[in-house]
Amino acid sequence: MRISLGPIQYFWPAEKVYDFYEQVKTWPVDIVYLGENVCAKRREIKLDDWLRIATELTAAGKHVVLSTMVLLEADSELSRLKRICNNPSYPVEANDLSAVYLLKEVREFVAGPHINMYNSETIKLLSHLGAYRWVMPMELSAQTLQGLQESKPENIETEVFAYGHIPLSFSARCFTARKHNLPKDQCDFLCKQDDQGVALYTQENHKLFNINGIQLQSGIPCNLIGAIEQMRSLKVDVVRLSPQINGMASVVQMFRKAINKELTQTEIDVWLKKGTGNNEWCNGYWYGQPGMNWQKEA
Amino acid sequence: MVIVDQIPDLVCPAGSLPALKAAVDNGADAVYFGFSNTTNARNFPGLNFDMDEAQQGVDYAHQKNCKVMLALNTYPQSENWPLWTQALQSAADLKLDAVIIADLGLLQYATQHHPDLSRHLSVQGSATNQYAIAFYYEQFKVKRVILPRVLSMTQVSNVVEATPIEVEVFGFGSLCVMVEGRCIMSSYVTGESPNTSGVCSPAHAVSWEETPNGRQSRLNNVLIDRYQPGEAAGYPTLCKGRFQTGDDIFYAIEEPTSLNVLEILPELVNIGVAAIKIEGRQRSPAYIAKVTGIFRTALDTYKANPDSYQPDPDWLQQLQRVSEGCSTTLGALHRPWQ
Repeated sequence: MRISLGPIQYFWPAEKVYDFYEQVKTWPVDIVYLGENVCAKRREIKLDDWLRIATELTAAGKHVVLSTMVLLEADSELSRLKRICNNPSYPVEANDLSAVYLLKEVREFVAGPHINMYNSETIKLLSHLGAYRWVMPMELSAQTLQGLQESKPENIETEVFAYGHIPLSFSARCFTARKHNLPKDQCDFLCKQDDQGVALYTQENHKLFNINGIQLQSGIPCNLIGAIEQMRSLKVDVVRLSPQINGMASVVQMFRKAINKELTQTEIDVWLKKGTGNNEWCNGYWYGQPGMNWQKEA
Repeated sequence: MVIVDQIPDLVCPAGSLPALKAAVDNGADAVYFGFSNTTNARNFPGLNFDMDEAQQGVDYAHQKNCKVMLALNTYPQSENWPLWTQALQSAADLKLDAVIIADLGLLQYATQHHPDLSRHLSVQGSATNQYAIAFYYEQFKVKRVILPRVLSMTQVSNVVEATPIEVEVFGFGSLCVMVEGRCIMSSYVTGESPNTSGVCSPAHAVSWEETPNGRQSRLNNVLIDRYQPGEAAGYPTLCKGRFQTGDDIFYAIEEPTSLNVLEILPELVNIGVAAIKIEGRQRSPAYIAKVTGIFRTALDTYKANPDSYQPDPDWLQQLQRVSEGCSTTLGALHRPWQ
């Protein structure tokens, strides 16, 4: 099993992004997805800058994939998408069928987690159109995955989102701007101040969602480190870790050790309690439950 | 002087046979319905059709020159795939005018096995731009696309211009503020989502309680809202709850409100929208009759006198009364986004 780092979901200042990938060069990850896929207004890092990061990561032995936007509306957004799809050097992750339209039969691509793939007929179709990997939709369970693994084409790899705040929805509205009583058009890029999003609580102080611009995420991060053995038996090829601002080096190390069978259950338990500064996790989707649930592994 | 050759089809919801008849009798050009199972996105208890009712509905509508479409707009999973293919067969047997599909695998199956059955791309297919629509057209020859409720008027207009197929937009009813087909908030809290189960914030997960702090609504035990005495309480749809960041408790995602496009009807007609859809298969026949009737009148009024069209204040008032939170909005359509 290989480890991938998903695209950064938050609007980190450029310097922070560069620092982050400088560290990634030395981490035991195999695949790195690069690029903005949440908000079209976040344009501080241009395609050429991403390509420069990609070159450096490739030199450090990583496989780079350029990720693309989930919600595309304006023509200018489609033009940017086209430029990414036409890049000569790196495979592309499609998160909308507009990207599949541009990539199909031209070059191999990754069918990202925001393409709705709920059955083997859909996976077969995407494989036929050129997808060499598919990322399972967040809300599917291990049991559903088992059925899909048995019926999907052999030459398409399977990737599972295993760590980080789960993207739950995308809107044309910006919830960060709304929180500051600003219209989206005059958002002042306030989400740049929130390097891990903003927690949204119920009136009973239950951390339910996490605001990240036009995206809502799970209030608490998903963590499937306890399910690594099950993923191995299901022949999952890649586990995806979604970059968070805190403790990512430790997260990558722990998943690598888990994949290498170098961790005891006690070590996992201790890490889950205090390894990353976070002690609340969810993994319900994997076990066929509400996504927010936490199921202690049997 | 504006001359209007063609006005968009009025497409109305039918959650039951009486609702279907109400829509037909009040001027719908087309009605859409679902079967009583997970194959459609209004899989609510007591709603939808069995085969016998569907046949009666089709006969009734077709006699009155009204088209009938089947919503097959959820995402089949491998273990229950036959439920969707059977529904497609039923649609063919019923000689329906179109099927409304979101799933890629099912669209392909329909294209191969029922080539003569018209395919519309459901709003749950999340097609928000011309390339995505081009993909669906090229692969499955979809005849019509239903746009998510996240586009501005300029964006809708650009899409209509750039695509060779018919474009349908929502005109009235509950408003998803999220891109349809890409929201799993409901399964995060309850285990069931529109994509997997055809439900959002399902009724069986809802509970109400009276407390010293006021009336409270919960979804799978998660507090969605708390109401002061005398304050009107709404259905606890997740995105319409009142939540907290910092010291503020507010509708952090969306106020309870309904979409209503009557004020911009002329623009929608003039940019060439092929159909206007009313949301609400979960609504009563009386509601369907009222909303259908008002939209029929509005469209006909505009066609007859395009230069002097103004939405009648009485229509707006009546629609407001049946709206969520008793308020309406133009949603993303009135945004300045390019």
